[in-house]
Amino acid sequence: MTDAHAHGGAHAHGHGEPQGFIWKYVFSVDHKVIGIQYLITSLLFLLIGFTMMLLMRWQLAVPTPADDFDPEKLGMIRSLLNWIFPESMPFGFMDPVFYNQLGAMHGTIMIFLGVVPLGVAAFGNYVMPLQIGAPDMAFPRLNMMSYWTYLVGGIVIMSSFLADGGAPQSGWTSYAPLSVVAPAGQTYWLIGMVIIITSSLFGAINFIVTTLNMRAKGLTLGRMPVFCWAQLVTAVLLLLAFPVLEAGAILQLLDRVAGTSFYIPKDMIYGATVFPRAGGGSPILWQHLFWFLAHPEVYVLLLPAMGIVAEIIATNTRKPLFGYKELVGSMIVIGILSFVVWAHHMFLSGMRTSLANLFVTTTMTISIPSVAVLTCLLLSLRGGTIRYNTPMLFALAFLPMFGIGGLTGLPLGFAPTDMHLHDTYYVIGHFHYVVAPGSLIALLGGTYYWYPKMFGRKMNETLGKVHFWMTVIPMNFVFFPMLIQGMYGMQRRLATPTDQWHNLPVQGWSMMIGIAAAVLMVGQLPFLFNFVWSLKNGEKVGENPWNATTLEWACPSPPPHGNFAKEPEVFRGPYEYSVPGHKTDYWPQDEAA
Amino acid sequence: MNEEWGYEWGLPLAASSYAADIDWLMWLLHAVMIFIFVAWGIFFVYCLFRYRAREGQTAVYHQSGESASFIPDGLVLAFEIWLILAFGIPLWAAIKQQTPPVDESLTVNLIGQQFAWNFQYPGPDGQFGRREASLVTAENAIGLDPDDPASKDDIVTINNLNVPIDKPTILRMTSKDVIHSFQVTNFRNKQDLVPGLETMLWFEPTVAGKYEIGCAQLCGLGHTKMVGNVFVQTQAEFDEWQKQQLAEKTGTADARSVLPATTDSRS
Amino acid sequence: MSTAIAETNTGISNAKLGIWSFLASEIMLFGGLISAYVILRSGSAHMVMPPRSMMGVPLATFNTFALITSSVTMVLALAAIQEGNIEKFKRWILCTIGGGVIFLAVKAYEYQHKWHEGITLSSNLFGSFYYTLTGLHVIHVIGGLGLMTYIFVAGSRGRFTPDSHDRVECAGLYWHFVDLVWVILFPILYLL
Repeated sequence: MTDAHAHGGAHAHGHGEPQGFIWKYVFSVDHKVIGIQYLITSLLFLLIGFTMMLLMRWQLAVPTPADDFDPEKLGMIRSLLNWIFPESMPFGFMDPVFYNQLGAMHGTIMIFLGVVPLGVAAFGNYVMPLQIGAPDMAFPRLNMMSYWTYLVGGIVIMSSFLADGGAPQSGWTSYAPLSVVAPAGQTYWLIGMVIIITSSLFGAINFIVTTLNMRAKGLTLGRMPVFCWAQLVTAVLLLLAFPVLEAGAILQLLDRVAGTSFYIPKDMIYGATVFPRAGGGSPILWQHLFWFLAHPEVYVLLLPAMGIVAEIIATNTRKPLFGYKELVGSMIVIGILSFVVWAHHMFLSGMRTSLANLFVTTTMTISIPSVAVLTCLLLSLRGGTIRYNTPMLFALAFLPMFGIGGLTGLPLGFAPTDMHLHDTYYVIGHFHYVVAPGSLIALLGGTYYWYPKMFGRKMNETLGKVHFWMTVIPMNFVFFPMLIQGMYGMQRRLATPTDQWHNLPVQGWSMMIGIAAAVLMVGQLPFLFNFVWSLKNGEKVGENPWNATTLEWACPSPPPHGNFAKEPEVFRGPYEYSVPGHKTDYWPQDEAA
Repeated sequence: MNEEWGYEWGLPLAASSYAADIDWLMWLLHAVMIFIFVAWGIFFVYCLFRYRAREGQTAVYHQSGESASFIPDGLVLAFEIWLILAFGIPLWAAIKQQTPPVDESLTVNLIGQQFAWNFQYPGPDGQFGRREASLVTAENAIGLDPDDPASKDDIVTINNLNVPIDKPTILRMTSKDVIHSFQVTNFRNKQDLVPGLETMLWFEPTVAGKYEIGCAQLCGLGHTKMVGNVFVQTQAEFDEWQKQQLAEKTGTADARSVLPATTDSRS
Repeated sequence: MSTAIAETNTGISNAKLGIWSFLASEIMLFGGLISAYVILRSGSAHMVMPPRSMMGVPLATFNTFALITSSVTMVLALAAIQEGNIEKFKRWILCTIGGGVIFLAVKAYEYQHKWHEGITLSSNLFGSFYYTLTGLHVIHVIGGLGLMTYIFVAGSRGRFTPDSHDRVECAGLYWHFVDLVWVILFPILYLL
């Protein structure tokens, strides 16, 4: 390969020509600009989703008025909420419509508009081409379209709040027939999801072709950083799993607007009359089609985060990662197995009970490669010389937090205990542990780690450490009590749990959760301030502020259009730290012998 | 705040014949989970201290123990396989795939709807009256056919399930509208009610008392309010209750109308 | 702008690898819908199949052959461009487009006829699946015709040479896929 242009894919404009603002920043086809677009947008959506949850946690902390409640004497927050939402939160108590809407939207926003775009599209887009020594993605225009499709899809979904009847309110899982008879907002959800799926598919194709085809000379797959492997497996998951949800969504959309009965059984009685449809469909069919995507989706949430943790740990232990082959192999096995575990969400759904044993077995099996990944990352610390900077703190916290999340998956995946725990707060505690103190913590670490590359300046360390402690500690006080409430049998998705006396003995924990959630929100302020402030005031850095070995640190910070002055050539693996006899404790991949 | 709002932890009172098996597995799993977490946690904290960057500390390039690292994976896998073979498959079969002998159990039909639990007892004749979708009205929530002789002694209750103690009750369940889920935490079981399907849940209560039925699948606006009660009584009390219900029935029919669902605005 | 084949790590061009990836996702899309159909057809007591006479099997058989033929002409068009014969290439692409147009025309007739006979989108489960499955397929055929039109115009302008005709191959792959989907839909909807 002779020059950077030889990597296929034409650019929309030549190099060196001055570009207008619109083409350079708004409709840019440069993977770095697109990555930052995704970064900002997804962080904003995370903030929106978090705010929704704060409202819900307010309701759950005090679901009904106490005996001595006086409507004339509302507290400060209650009067504020009463003023902002007079119909949905009279006297600051949330009505079930609003609660269900916020619940469905929180899940949808956090997963599809927040964590996945952050982990996959923001960091994947920005870092992966750099790490493989490519000048850009294989299809830069497709990349640009992927971002704009995502944004349009997000806007469609958010605009559902303005629909007749409000936002979707059947859970992010949209189980039929409830979702079929739900108000108009659900249609927005379906259309928005089809648009977002399109965006994901564009991205997945791009990531697969880029990682397979555009690696620099000498960068064999066996020398590719773990982060890139994680993105590759993730892209394959998205490519193959999302279309099945798209199929299911098309059928649900037709049920809603065209009078079909894919998910409507015969003789369904809605209200007091027979639902006027041909019937004959199966509500469980939706669940199969949905979970076929939604289970691999959770590994889409997880794998990029694991990849980020691997990178940060390698750099900050100054030694090679333990078990590179085992790490990569485990990620691939996780990817494959993720396609055959979906019905562990459906043990009690009415599906054939004999299928349960199959899915228990596959689910227990998939825990093994996850254990393997954690083991490798943990053992990577052994023999290292650990630098405790902000990204490393986040990467380290991922390990025990994801550990708790993964371990709590065991009683859920084991059908007999799931009989008690299904649809309780134990499930909520479990999946939040893996996604929030798990993936999100890793993604925050990635932000601190790659911010210098993106913006040419480091984020402030002190603010970073404050952010870290004010995130990790409150998160545990938010999610651990949920495991307790769920163990006791408190169901999820209850707007007023105190209406059911069996929940009263664990209602106290909701007060703790609510306060911790508020503290958690406050804890994000240092991060938001730091992010913006450091753009102009952070400590300036050169190419390689962390003294790391991978290729993204072998170009300027930030890299120019085209990334590398000349195409890098790679001579060794990605984690050659503390090589005996070498003059420095790191040996970059592209440095000749 | 309410004094009743507590900070309980652990499992609620166990009141069914298989609750002990489930609870034992629950504690076993959590004991293993805690052990794994603590063991790893100790190693983790040890590494954080022992290998922190400081004067004279250099990192080791060559790693060892790659095959040894498969040992924790193998142990976890072995534990899980044992759990599935020894307990998972048999317990699941006993609770979810099979029922106790029907002639030794009380069978009750459960027809869920937004937002109530309709229970149909077969009565002394042991036969369920025919149900028909076209006969459903606000007063006749389950669409019971009054002309079917078997339905004469059927008892239909709303939200309240009376059952005898130490005898299995088998629920044959379906839903009229959307998916609901019958949950009684004290029995350690739940099962979805799916429109168009019949699902099954059985339990044998072992402790007399009142237990709450909750809905465990989001079913709309009234999901939180969709509660009921299971009254576990002696056989004598149960027979007395049944006699009373039949006596009342010869008067007016059970006229408590149920909450109408929200208007159909599907387009 | 040339489409010179760059050296890629796998040896397969970006476009070709991209198209294969895209087709993999399409297999999952149609696969999801087809599985739903198969499951409900075998499991639901309420999926009533219309009588064979109403399905118009002879016409659909002809239509299947029309589409298969258009795939054959696509292969011939590719062969033509590989030997640099633009005129032959143009002719075969036009035949491919023609086959697709015939397919769509027959489908339009079929839809209108069946709807008239009472098999509508919501009349029963079979109707719902029939129009959804074939409708999605029709959308893909229309997309394919648009793609073929581009290939025709670009080829006429000398864009493709024996050494560089990646896009023709990719368009061909897509078209064969669309044909393959129909070859599966035809028996499961009309024959079985």
